[in-house]
Amino acid sequence: MRSPSLSMTPGSGLRFDDRCDKMRPRDLSFGVLPAGEIPLACEIFHAWGILRACATCALLAGCSQGVLDPQGPVGADEKVILFDATTIMLAVVIPVIICTLAFAWWFRARNKRARRLPDWEYSGRIEFVTWSIPAMIVMFLGGIAWIGSHDLDPRKALGSAKPVEIEVISLDWKWLFIYPSERVATVNELVLPVNTPVHFKLTSASVMNSFFVPQLGSQIYTMAGMTTQLNLLASNAGTYAGLSAQFSGDGFSDMRFDVKAVPEDEYEEWLRSTRAGTEYLDAVRYAQLAAPSGPDPPHTFGQVTPGMFDSIVHNHGAPIGSSPTSALTSGRSL
Amino acid sequence: MNTLVDVVSAEIPVGVPLSERGPAPKRIVAAFGFWLFLLSDIIIFAGLFAAYAVLCGATDGGPSAVELFDKRHVLIETGCLLASSFTCGMMMIAADRRETVLTYSWALVTAGLGIAFLSLEFSEFAHMVHQGAGPTRSAFLSSFFTLVGTHGAHVTAGIAWLAIMMAQVGTLGFRPMVIRRMLCFSLFWHALYIVWIGVFTVVYLGAHA
Amino acid sequence: MFGKLTWDAIPLHQPIPLITVCILMVGIAGVLTIVSWKGWWPYLWREWITSTDHKRIGVMYVILALVMLLRGFADAIMMRAQLALAAGHAAGYLPPEHYNQIFSAHGTIMIFFVGMTFVVGLMNFVLPLQLGVRDVAFPVLNSVSFWLTAAGVLLVNLSLGVGEFARTGWLAYPPLSEIAYSPGVGVDYYLWSLQISGLGTLLSGINLTTTILKLRAPGMGYGRMPVFCWTALASNLLIVAAFPILTATFAMLLLDRYLGFHFFTNDGGGNPMMYINLIWAWGHPEVYILILPAFGVFSEVIATFSAKPLFGYRSMVMATMAICVLSFMVWLHHFFTMGAGANVNAFFGIATMIIAVPTGVKVFNWLFTMYGGSIRFTTPIYWAIGFMITFVIGGMTGVLMAIPPADFVLHNSLFLIAHFHNVIIGGVLFGVMAGYTYWFPKAFGFTLHEGLGKAVFWCWFVGFYLAFMPLYALGLMGATRRMQHYADPTWQPLMMVALGGAVVILVGIVLTVVQLVVSIRTRETRRDLTGDPWNGRTLEWSVSSPPPEWNFALLPTVVGPDAFWNAKRHPSLRNAAPRLVALTVPKRSALGFCVAFFMAILGFSSIWHIWWLAMVGLFGAIAVTLRHAWRTELEDCVSIATIAEHEHAHSPQAGRA
Repeated sequence: MRSPSLSMTPGSGLRFDDRCDKMRPRDLSFGVLPAGEIPLACEIFHAWGILRACATCALLAGCSQGVLDPQGPVGADEKVILFDATTIMLAVVIPVIICTLAFAWWFRARNKRARRLPDWEYSGRIEFVTWSIPAMIVMFLGGIAWIGSHDLDPRKALGSAKPVEIEVISLDWKWLFIYPSERVATVNELVLPVNTPVHFKLTSASVMNSFFVPQLGSQIYTMAGMTTQLNLLASNAGTYAGLSAQFSGDGFSDMRFDVKAVPEDEYEEWLRSTRAGTEYLDAVRYAQLAAPSGPDPPHTFGQVTPGMFDSIVHNHGAPIGSSPTSALTSGRSL
Repeated sequence: MNTLVDVVSAEIPVGVPLSERGPAPKRIVAAFGFWLFLLSDIIIFAGLFAAYAVLCGATDGGPSAVELFDKRHVLIETGCLLASSFTCGMMMIAADRRETVLTYSWALVTAGLGIAFLSLEFSEFAHMVHQGAGPTRSAFLSSFFTLVGTHGAHVTAGIAWLAIMMAQVGTLGFRPMVIRRMLCFSLFWHALYIVWIGVFTVVYLGAHA
Repeated sequence: MFGKLTWDAIPLHQPIPLITVCILMVGIAGVLTIVSWKGWWPYLWREWITSTDHKRIGVMYVILALVMLLRGFADAIMMRAQLALAAGHAAGYLPPEHYNQIFSAHGTIMIFFVGMTFVVGLMNFVLPLQLGVRDVAFPVLNSVSFWLTAAGVLLVNLSLGVGEFARTGWLAYPPLSEIAYSPGVGVDYYLWSLQISGLGTLLSGINLTTTILKLRAPGMGYGRMPVFCWTALASNLLIVAAFPILTATFAMLLLDRYLGFHFFTNDGGGNPMMYINLIWAWGHPEVYILILPAFGVFSEVIATFSAKPLFGYRSMVMATMAICVLSFMVWLHHFFTMGAGANVNAFFGIATMIIAVPTGVKVFNWLFTMYGGSIRFTTPIYWAIGFMITFVIGGMTGVLMAIPPADFVLHNSLFLIAHFHNVIIGGVLFGVMAGYTYWFPKAFGFTLHEGLGKAVFWCWFVGFYLAFMPLYALGLMGATRRMQHYADPTWQPLMMVALGGAVVILVGIVLTVVQLVVSIRTRETRRDLTGDPWNGRTLEWSVSSPPPEWNFALLPTVVGPDAFWNAKRHPSLRNAAPRLVALTVPKRSALGFCVAFFMAILGFSSIWHIWWLAMVGLFGAIAVTLRHAWRTELEDCVSIATIAEHEHAHSPQAGRA
């Protein structure tokens, strides 16, 4: 069970990130504050946050960290599709709403000026139009859907540049990211070089989850025994929220991770420092990691057993050398 | 439904389109409803067939269809069911003529063939489980046992229903209600044979393809 | 002896369920005491519990739906309150294991036991009256269907106090719902209650399909059937075609959970995605099972209160049947993010959009039905206009999500939640509320209080927008569904607004109860003596309110669409002095209640692995069915005197003159 007392750990203050007009917990820019002062700081920023969000609300999420504020080409294209399709449909929906209200009001029983047509029940011309309008809109949107499905197919590589390969494994209830070429791994934190295509291979070591970074675009399921693929790219450096979008049990709400898109040199530096770490992700360590837990703080492994992802897929979610359900017989609550 | 409605529909002249003749007689209504039930039952089987089609290769390292199925065994099963479909038809003809003894006899043969089918199926299942190829062995075997077992459960229910109908013939006689129910039974029994054709083709012949 | 059932199953250490259960038990005990005290049991048993009258059964369905609406809404407001609190580091007041049960129960109850029950209830009540016949095709089976639904309701509510409910979401996706990940009884409660009530729904679908196709008044060809009958036909055909898939799918999951099969498990070669395909092969038609009858209600309501025939009847029928067929071809749009290829996604995306064409046609036809009409602003038309405005927005967001790349960012988000509540509240709920208000006088002989009815409408209408528009925004901000708490405190104000919307809806629900009480208390002033309080068009308004047990003393002869409207305009079409004949009505039967009683025992004992009791349930159900099979007296005769007395008392001429 999630203990409420854990929710306000010392040092986890709130930061106001002025670039995105948005406050995020878990970022530790207040550093080490005495535990007693946190609530006050929280309250101030909380009130500020409410004000801010009211403005956000007025703009209909216009400047939030969501899918309307994309930071990569996939998300940007999807935002364009959202807007285009909505505009096309609003062209019919708004007149229909206006007509509904207007007809209802004008043809009210008490209106003496309304011309009544008490037996009017058929008009071939109008029927032709009523079938044509939605049909044309659907043809138009169908075109968008067809082209969009192919252009934004999650499997489609983004450009010709060699992508960074990342293997994603959803566990109960955390994310394991393996960088197979770099032989490092992270938990609940994803570091990407900016402006470089990233190719994800995803699976689950447990129940279904959905890997989703709203600001980068498309999400995709992770399923035990199966591999899905996703190509994303971050155009701007920054920290973006990632999450699981498919309910997976008691710890689901904490399956969040930060995606840090950093410049190439910073990425190399990060790889170097991570590789210097001593922790080794082998079968034994993996089995510990796979046991249900959460929320887990971000964590890195300096070294990973090669082929771990494939063996997890092959074993339908179970780590190497154990039966698929053995990790679960101990129960799955937090 | 009631007698008055039948009178009303009888009064409608012949020239009126079928859809405007008023409520249909009870026999038609009951048979139509039962057809719909059979349709829904066949959709249940369709779901199980779909599951089998998806999972028939998922043997998880266990035995596969080719290794397990005995063609001759299944052919005899099919023969039993086919013959029982025929005898069921004969029973209905006898019932139509109100020939009690003949009805009982054909019903007995039908039930006997059904029981023969079930014992053959049971021995096949028992043999497989004995070999370590029970339904928990792999997804393929789960779907096999469920599909074929559901058909077997239907046959069992059919035999029980037949027994009940014979008891009804004995106690209530050939009144319209009983005839109506026997008609539904025979529809059910024939439908089971049709489903079996599907099982035979998809499961047993499919294994040799 | 008692399988898995121990005292631990009672939530003695969890205050929220415990208090809920205590209040419920006190409430139920209170009702039972009053009923016993007043000596109502024989009446209830004779006239309601064992009734095979489609009108009584329809009313019982609607009562059951309204009661379950209270339960489902209690879950909803708890969820909204949790999310209004659980921002940033706050954990809210519901721990995940409880919160997860609540959203699972909310979805299950609202779809199966409110939506389905309400819709089936309305169809049950209205269809034979609109078709001009005396009852459904199989009246006893109808009672069985209802009581099986009630047995499912009983099991779902038992999970509140004995054990737990599923924590898997309303569709119980495996592998999460498999025994390895959900070892408790929650998923078993879910499966057994839905199997039992699903059987009832299937039988009801067969019954009503047969009724529409085989039992219609003389002269009522297909082209003359009221549109509600057409939409009900489409809905019931979908029930017959889709519910068996649900039964088969749940059976496979039950085998996995009980006998260690490997249909949907991670291990043993199982395939969880097959469940997701199968469940949506049922699930997508299911939403049309719910919405199509609501479309039918709106068609009746808009035509009646515009005092005009429905515009484009044939288009409406074609659109209805097109939706019926197309609804089976779109199931994959519920999981575009599975990673299927671009062609597959595009195909299902476009197929989904095509459904928007017949739906759009319907909206236009309702518009043109109002055009040139003389619209009386009664409560049902409020619901209808509110529906037209709300539903086009929901339809728009639906088509938006049918575009696969758009779905890639909206899938499983609160945007999706807002979308489907937009169509289910704005479509189904508004529809059944319109139908409830519209047909209430037919069922009980007096109209509902208009002012309170409009207040209920405004509460739902405003409450809906307050509760779900913020969810659209939150979805775009990256908020996902089924989260128990969230890190981003900027979401909290919108969550608060959504909670406020839920409170407004709560007021609407309370006012529904108030409306009912006030209307009953003032019923003498609002009696419907004519049988035709709205100047209706279809045959149900040609008989008294409430109609006699036999509906029609003489089956009406139909010569065109809008049969009753025509008869009112051309008095020559009316039978001046009907030649009365004695007729029969189906006898009351305890079969439904008894079968459902034993099925509930079977379900409960299977959930708790009490196998001896499960056998009692199974063989009990078989035994009472067999006993019924030997009943030969299935109909009661109604004498000419009785009919004549009723006809005289409720002479339409006397009322309308």
